Amino acid sequence: MKVSNKKGLFKFLSVFLIISILAACSSNGGDSSASDDDGAIKGEITVITQRTDIVDTVFQDYAKKFNEKYPDVKVNFEALSDYEGQIKIRMNTDEYGDVLLIPTSVPVADLPDFFEPLGSYDELKTKYTGIEERMVDNTIYGIPVAITYSGVIYNKQVFKDAGVTDIPQTIDQFMDALRSVKEKTEAVPLYTNYAAGWPLTQWESDLTTVAGNVDYVNVTQPNSDDNFVAGQPHYDLYKILFDATKEGLIERDPTTTDWESSKADLGQGKIATMVLGSWAIDQIKASATNPDDIGFMPFPTNADNVIVPLGADYNLAININSKNKPAAKAWVDFFINESNYAVEQAGSISPVVGAELPDILKEFGDKGVEFKFITPSKEGQEGLVDKIDKEAEVGLWQPDFKKRIIEAALGNRKESYDDIMKDLNDAWVEARKTVAE
Amino acid sequence: MFKLSNLSYANQRKLIILAFSFIPVILLVTFAYLPVVNMFKYSFTSWNGYSKNMEYVGLKNYINIFTKPEYFSVFKVSLYYFVATFFQMGLALYFATILSFKVRFKNFFKGVLFFPYMLNGVAIGFIFLFFFRPDGTFDTLLNALGLGKNITLWLGNPDVINISLASASVWRYMGFNFIIFLGAISSIDKDIYEAADIDGANKWHQFKHIIIPSIKRIVQLNLILAISGAISAFDIPYIMVDGANGSKTFVIQTIDMAFKYGKFGLASAMAVVLLFIVIIVTLLQRLVIKEDN
Repeated sequence: MKVSNKKGLFKFLSVFLIISILAACSSNGGDSSASDDDGAIKGEITVITQRTDIVDTVFQDYAKKFNEKYPDVKVNFEALSDYEGQIKIRMNTDEYGDVLLIPTSVPVADLPDFFEPLGSYDELKTKYTGIEERMVDNTIYGIPVAITYSGVIYNKQVFKDAGVTDIPQTIDQFMDALRSVKEKTEAVPLYTNYAAGWPLTQWESDLTTVAGNVDYVNVTQPNSDDNFVAGQPHYDLYKILFDATKEGLIERDPTTTDWESSKADLGQGKIATMVLGSWAIDQIKASATNPDDIGFMPFPTNADNVIVPLGADYNLAININSKNKPAAKAWVDFFINESNYAVEQAGSISPVVGAELPDILKEFGDKGVEFKFITPSKEGQEGLVDKIDKEAEVGLWQPDFKKRIIEAALGNRKESYDDIMKDLNDAWVEARKTVAE
Repeated sequence: MFKLSNLSYANQRKLIILAFSFIPVILLVTFAYLPVVNMFKYSFTSWNGYSKNMEYVGLKNYINIFTKPEYFSVFKVSLYYFVATFFQMGLALYFATILSFKVRFKNFFKGVLFFPYMLNGVAIGFIFLFFFRPDGTFDTLLNALGLGKNITLWLGNPDVINISLASASVWRYMGFNFIIFLGAISSIDKDIYEAADIDGANKWHQFKHIIIPSIKRIVQLNLILAISGAISAFDIPYIMVDGANGSKTFVIQTIDMAFKYGKFGLASAMAVVLLFIVIIVTLLQRLVIKEDN
């Protein structure tokens, strides 16, 4: 080779290397094709789920059953252990499966950018319940995999040992029950799960019960400047947490609690109560000495009527970039209507209209307890609560201010309950102003 | 036909260097510089982590950080880790010096001291969670030593929690300083010790007049690393108590901002601020050290 060509060679080699690397990055895997001309549904879909525990067992059975109806569709599963955290990052690309659960942190207004519309609200409300929460302009982007309810899960035997015979209904009765548990038994009256953090966010679901009004969460709250003022539901709700902590009715060292062992402890009578959703009942029963000891009661309230709020679990949705939407749609329909996942695997209620209430709830039938959905936001205010919450850094669905309340009650902080509430309310008022701009 | 051996030696060298450095450079750019450039970009927006459109807000995020004292107040937690740094360096230097002399089971002790650094941070978090739990390992140990009356809630007491966490951090990172010191010390010529022995210098004299001056640079380097580590302390308090009970550091706050409140713009701005603080601290230290010389 001639000397003069050598510079050219380097250039060539560099360009060659760059091209080969770029080519490796952009090469596409074989796309699976959608339905062909005669309308038969076929192809390959990927379903992303958070249930790492049953993805290789129960989900495979679902796939088999699904294939009886749609033999030409191959269903792949992918389970993420940190669902919220991982899916959020993948949603910055186009590759986030064909069917997935809508992460709760996606702002409602951004849903149309990511998910395929499933139909109008008017059309779907006759078929499914609990679809209002994540709806944009009357269009539905996801269907809940289950309908859950929230309240207090308790150990009946511990209550019996403590001499509590009636299920406490008012806040005072509940506090008295906790005190009796402390006096008469060895059990921890109210376990907070402070260290794990997220179980504390379960308290927020009970806002409706404390308010005694299905309108409070989505309609009243975002239009109020007095969200955390004394006498308002938020104030009363977390006052229970504060008072229980202050009176030593919670675990001795909250900073070292452990969620996994708390389930067994409640099952074995070492813990009397935990504030959780219905999804936890089956898990606690599984580790209980006597599963029949595990009971559910509505959150205590001073309101006249006791409302147990029904809420949607994760919503199942279709990736807007999916190459195989008909098959994905078929899977969503199958999973919601035919898999029986909601009852068997989530221990909750099916979102299909007319589904039956589970047995654990039937005992409340004659006690005037109502199981109701919360009212969706007014038109034009969808996602407003969330927007104000994030702007204010209050974190209604984050553990932070609940931890702060516990720390203050323990005397670890130099602020009173009213100081915390005032602080939250000030942030709320200011954020409401900013969001309104 | 192209043959590598047809090229002159100088050109062969160039070609091989080019070919071999290409991939590391690509990796470095993709995984180190590009994200930083993006971080700067995000810091001028109000991006929520999801939306397709990023709204440009100018310097609003930075103004926000510098006008709200609560964003900076968490830096006082870093002071605990800063003080712990000196214990960490002191211990590391002490063990490195001892183990550079003739000691029985020398390699065993080296292994024991370096071992914690190789453990995963999450595992260490859990180990110390059990260690500090009421009636846990530490309490049992204190009881056995007859010091039971000093027991407190090691993670529950707000006056103690940062000290507990900082000591876990010392346990974890000491091995790293130790191994660097050990390497530096073993590079000192053995003849110098022998000469010192003949002159009648004891071990302390040797440490003071031979070891310390020889590894001064390395001590300085370790100090810089340790101080920027203290400012950006994160994994131990995050894993063990999630920044609760007054143990929140600046990095935990940044993560909360991005992933709890969906303020990626603000969080990026905080990360940029932290980056500059670390750069400034490092530069300052270098200046001070230069003046020493």
